[in-house]
Amino acid sequence: MSRQNIFSLIYAQRGILLTFVIAALPLFLDRYWTDVFVSVGMYAMLALSLNVILGQAGIFHMGHAAFYAVGAYVTAILNTQMGIPVLWLIPVAGAAAALFALVVARPIIHLRGDYLLIVTIGIVEIVRIALINDIFGLTGGANGIFGISRPVLFGYRIKTALQFYYLVWGMVGLTVLCFWWLSHSRFGRALNCIKEDDVAAEGCGINVASLKLAAFVIGAFWAGMAGNLFAAKMTIISPGSFTFWESVIVFAVVILSGGSHTGVLLGTVLIVALPELFRDFADARMLVFGLAMMIMMVVRPQGLIPPMPRRYAHYLPKRRQASAKGDAA
Amino acid sequence: MSLLTLSEVTKIFGGLVAVNDVSFEVEEGSIVGLIGPNGAGKTTVFNLITGNYHPDAGDILFDGKSIRGKKPHAIVEAGIARTFQSIRLFPTLPVLENVLAGRHCRMYSGLLACMFHTPDQRREEKAAVERAMQELEFVGLADKINEEAHSLSYGNQRLLEMARALASDPRLIILDEPAGSMNDPETEVLIKLIQAIQKRGVTVLLIEHDMNLVMRVCEKILVLEYGALIAEGPPEAVRRDPRVIEAYLGQD
Repeated sequence: MSRQNIFSLIYAQRGILLTFVIAALPLFLDRYWTDVFVSVGMYAMLALSLNVILGQAGIFHMGHAAFYAVGAYVTAILNTQMGIPVLWLIPVAGAAAALFALVVARPIIHLRGDYLLIVTIGIVEIVRIALINDIFGLTGGANGIFGISRPVLFGYRIKTALQFYYLVWGMVGLTVLCFWWLSHSRFGRALNCIKEDDVAAEGCGINVASLKLAAFVIGAFWAGMAGNLFAAKMTIISPGSFTFWESVIVFAVVILSGGSHTGVLLGTVLIVALPELFRDFADARMLVFGLAMMIMMVVRPQGLIPPMPRRYAHYLPKRRQASAKGDAA
Repeated sequence: MSLLTLSEVTKIFGGLVAVNDVSFEVEEGSIVGLIGPNGAGKTTVFNLITGNYHPDAGDILFDGKSIRGKKPHAIVEAGIARTFQSIRLFPTLPVLENVLAGRHCRMYSGLLACMFHTPDQRREEKAAVERAMQELEFVGLADKINEEAHSLSYGNQRLLEMARALASDPRLIILDEPAGSMNDPETEVLIKLIQAIQKRGVTVLLIEHDMNLVMRVCEKILVLEYGALIAEGPPEAVRRDPRVIEAYLGQD
């Protein structure tokens, strides 16, 4: 087997390889680093969901922490006040965030580029300030909400870092699978068309406004679910966890990643886990971050791992498959 | 009954009357040409039909129903597909996906079906790819399906735009300067293609400056000058119309 073949085999089976690496990783990590990778997993979920909006549809959305916050607070409130188990609240948190996204994104969806960016920054600030001001008397003000119960899965109480690691990364796996299929459907294609030229997309029959809104809603749903996991992991949430800065980190991950799912995972590790290695230089973090971004823009403006072209060879009639070989390379 | 009817359509940009009280009909199955000097308002008429602009007065009927005020994507769904004067493809997407974009509005898989990759969704996807391939074979680009759209020659990019438009099952296709930036052999191919589109039962409305093409393929020609319709009729009659000659060549 030639070297080329080995590489293409690795490439073709990268999903399985990655699954093994992620599953085996805690064997080599201490408690502290397992904890770090739990938070990497949560950021990965957030970044994957933002990738639908920013990476695939090209909508400049910097308010993702708002949807994350809605998911976390809905979980916290329903769990502490009504005693509903945390895991049952995963879809509820997602749905609440999606509904919130639908309401706030509907009036702003026609805005373009930087105008939309400014409004989405506004959304995240409004949510944070509303939470601090104890909106509806439910959010506990600046102190937040305490005593969120641990998730219970088939009778097992999930509380150690290791258990959370598998819960969170299991969700990440599910997310990648769903979003992979989504990006390989008419929906994902249409989002790419909108990103390339929204006038042409509308002109060839794609309902641009409703698809952009759908991207927002689906992204928010996943951000809400990530918020649920965050609340369950922390057991305490406060407005300080959902600042504009969180949005910026997730935004940076997606831009850095290049838009592929593997790229997003790699980008999350680089931006969330790597700073932990350099705790001693914490003061210089922003400096390094900015420098890294600048170098990326010059050296690799398309991002770390841009998405591979979708393949259609298996849909083509036999006689065409030969001519479409370039597709599989 | 005519497929497309414009009745007394007017469009005003600030102080400029871009389209002034224009009325015409396009018969089902015909090839109609819209000509006129630069700035006569031809593309504005197209943009009014395709919903990119909305008329300030008058009405546009497609198949007897008003499409005034509808959004462009809804008009494509109703059965009017278009190409753009300045080519507007999705430049970094492969040729096949550009055509699939045109097929989008005839696909019905919902968000959840797409996300969970259901058997129905896969069947629909397969059918869409096959249909897109047929359109690419129809325009002669079937051997270029994996190339990025921007890497095609201008002539081929125009053909790709036509394939994309045809993939949406239009009853009326609107071509804005299809022969623009094409050389003579490419234009010959285009003429055959336009006639083949008509044979498929699709009505064609086109803007073109290439008079050779217009006179050869169009059954009816509409002449626009300063936003107003100044002549209408079969090619021979329009060619001899003194007002048309004056509009193109000026008066002595």
